[in-house]
Amino acid sequence: MGDIALFLPEIGQTALILAFIMAVFQVVVPLVGVGAGRLWLMGYARPFAVGQALFLVISLVMLTLAFLQDDFTVAYVAANSNSLLPVPYKISAVWGAHEGSLLLWVTMLGLWSVAVALLSRSLPLDMVARVLAIMGMVSVGFILFTLETSNPFARTLPTPPVDGADLNPLLQDFGLIVHPPTLYMGYVGLSVAFAFALAALMSGRLDAAWARWSRPWTTAAWIFLTVGIALGSWWAYYELGWGGWWFWDPVENASLMPWLVATALLHSLAVTEKRGMFKSWTVLLAIFAFSLSLLGTFLVRSGVLTSVHAFASDPERGVFILALLGICVGGSLLLYAFKAPTVASVGRYELLSREMFLLLNNLLLVVMALAVLTGTLYPLVYDFMGLGKLSVGAAWFNTMFVPLTVALVALMGVGAATRWKSDSASRLVKLLAIAAVAAVVFAVVATLVGHGDLNGKVLLGLSIAFWLILATLADIWKKSRGELSRIPKLGMSYLGMVLAHVGVAVSIIGVTLVANYSIDKSVRMSPGETATLGPYTFEFTQAGTIEGPNYVSQATRFNVTRDGEFVALLTPEKRRYNARGSIMTEAAIDVSLFRDVYVSMGESLDDGAWGMRLQVKPFMRWVWLGAIFMALGGLLATLDKRYRRRSKN
Amino acid sequence: MHPQRKKRLHLILFLVVAVAAAVGLAMYSLSQNINLFQTPTQIANGEVPPGRTIRAGGLVVAGSVERDQEGLGVTFRVTDGAAEVPVYYEGILPDLFREGQGIVALGQVRADGVFVASEVLAKHDENYMPPEVQDALEQAHQDGKKAMMGGDY
Repeated sequence: MGDIALFLPEIGQTALILAFIMAVFQVVVPLVGVGAGRLWLMGYARPFAVGQALFLVISLVMLTLAFLQDDFTVAYVAANSNSLLPVPYKISAVWGAHEGSLLLWVTMLGLWSVAVALLSRSLPLDMVARVLAIMGMVSVGFILFTLETSNPFARTLPTPPVDGADLNPLLQDFGLIVHPPTLYMGYVGLSVAFAFALAALMSGRLDAAWARWSRPWTTAAWIFLTVGIALGSWWAYYELGWGGWWFWDPVENASLMPWLVATALLHSLAVTEKRGMFKSWTVLLAIFAFSLSLLGTFLVRSGVLTSVHAFASDPERGVFILALLGICVGGSLLLYAFKAPTVASVGRYELLSREMFLLLNNLLLVVMALAVLTGTLYPLVYDFMGLGKLSVGAAWFNTMFVPLTVALVALMGVGAATRWKSDSASRLVKLLAIAAVAAVVFAVVATLVGHGDLNGKVLLGLSIAFWLILATLADIWKKSRGELSRIPKLGMSYLGMVLAHVGVAVSIIGVTLVANYSIDKSVRMSPGETATLGPYTFEFTQAGTIEGPNYVSQATRFNVTRDGEFVALLTPEKRRYNARGSIMTEAAIDVSLFRDVYVSMGESLDDGAWGMRLQVKPFMRWVWLGAIFMALGGLLATLDKRYRRRSKN
Repeated sequence: MHPQRKKRLHLILFLVVAVAAAVGLAMYSLSQNINLFQTPTQIANGEVPPGRTIRAGGLVVAGSVERDQEGLGVTFRVTDGAAEVPVYYEGILPDLFREGQGIVALGQVRADGVFVASEVLAKHDENYMPPEVQDALEQAHQDGKKAMMGGDY
């Protein structure tokens, strides 16, 4: 370590303080400019945003360098790294715990602000000034939070540890390198939609132009959220060793709630842009989407989930975030209360119109978000009132979600094909009747051929998924008048919607089949023994040890066959991480488009026997494939050329 | 009333009724799907009716873990310091399950007083104590102190 290297954390800390000062200027100067009508003051919004982000990036780089140099005089590094930790994990350890993930959070907020600053040339300057000032306010709050309660640069001097405590082994994984940053990009990205909504309220300029500016940003944040949630689910699936891909865990719910509301917001913005309606509702959704992001941050970061008592005994962080949440929600709702009544929506629509279907879409998505919120907060409220401890079972969330999803998807098929303002029932019936009948027939055939019996739940799931795909195809057929060459001309927005909706169908097919047709078995096995599960035979060929860089694992080898044909050689492991002595199960999975074969090790029993968990999960990949389609659909929609057209000021 | 308004009013009324019904059903369903946490003391005292699904937890008593010779059945006892409850579970135990560790299990009390677990949870952190277990231990400790003081409370 060179001499200068000793002071890198101080540089990082100083940069963070400078970023805070920049953020304060980013709030004050443009707002004074707007108030006094001084364009030159408003013009400072952009340079301050760039300056703030620059200092935040410097700060984050300094923390990363501290990790790479094993600077265990930094408390955060000492608690979350180790000299033997592989380099990629030293980098991902930067956001492996509270302090660093907050720094990443604010840095991303800074980067979103820069993106707004650079890509907003077509916007009136006073709008840019307001939007960046509001994003600056969020920055001020969160940088202050980081500096006051969660400084990642705090030192362990004068007696630094010889080596670090290592990164939690659960987090030593590729999924954890990419999952949190992606999810944070989504959470923080919703601040742009929020800032646009508040700026529009402040200026009283809630119109189609505002919706058009706001839409691609909202979609971008939504894409990150979608991918982030899917990555989290994928990570939990292979890393936790249980083969579950969604647990209705409060931390997962914290990411699902903003996603549901952001999805509603995307659709509501469509109405506002195309028809100039639902304006106040759109603003409210933008406020709620970001508030739920903050609530998620509060739930995950305050310790309130572990126990309301843990929160009460170390309240500093929790109270700070709660205060930020209160200021943000309270302030924006107050502004809404004063300004929204002046916003009148003009225009009419009939009961049978796309507006109505989008309204129902919004209603259902918001109800879903409320259901998740209820199930997540219920145990906290119960405990807080001293009534005892309880947990809300996954069964409840499933009971809530299945009927709501069925209703949502049934409406999606019609809604996307329905015209604005008013449509005729007979036209829709003519267009979609065949799709509806075909969907049910296909579902029956697929269930019978694929599994030999009729399961009501599978039939329902497949029917609505096929319905959505076929109704979408019928609409494309109609719009392109049956000519393939016309399809690209339907517009990126439309094609994006199509892809995203097909993604929903793909995910539903995956969820339905994996939930109903997965088979699993826990068995006691010794080397040389075989077990069968469904059509698969698992032969336990050998057991041994593998030495990793910072762990030693006991591994077993399985030869998987089907009807005598070789399928895969799987090597599940049980790792013991040296620094913490903690044990991790590494499942071995043979992946294919139509089924996953999943083997994980339980505990070591007598005489070299192991408890083994064997699973076959049909169509597992489709759950995440659908999410990829949705994200790509969002990407297509943001690339629509109307967002790049300069609007006249 | 203006026909347009009347139509809108009907729509709003319909939505209000639908939402109220949905909320009612949701809350009813919620009351059927919650799993209360019970301490070993409460189970040992027979406060938990057999057959009801609950969450129970405590520290795994040292030396109490016994694997069946065949299959994956395992029995162990959990304690909150005041009472012990036998637990039976069949399947793979989590990585951090070991004697002396705090665990939470989901299951039902059998008529003979054995807690039959369908799921055993131990969090992925060796220093982590499930908050319910922490509370149960403190509660039992407090009760014990009160008992020693001669029940004067």
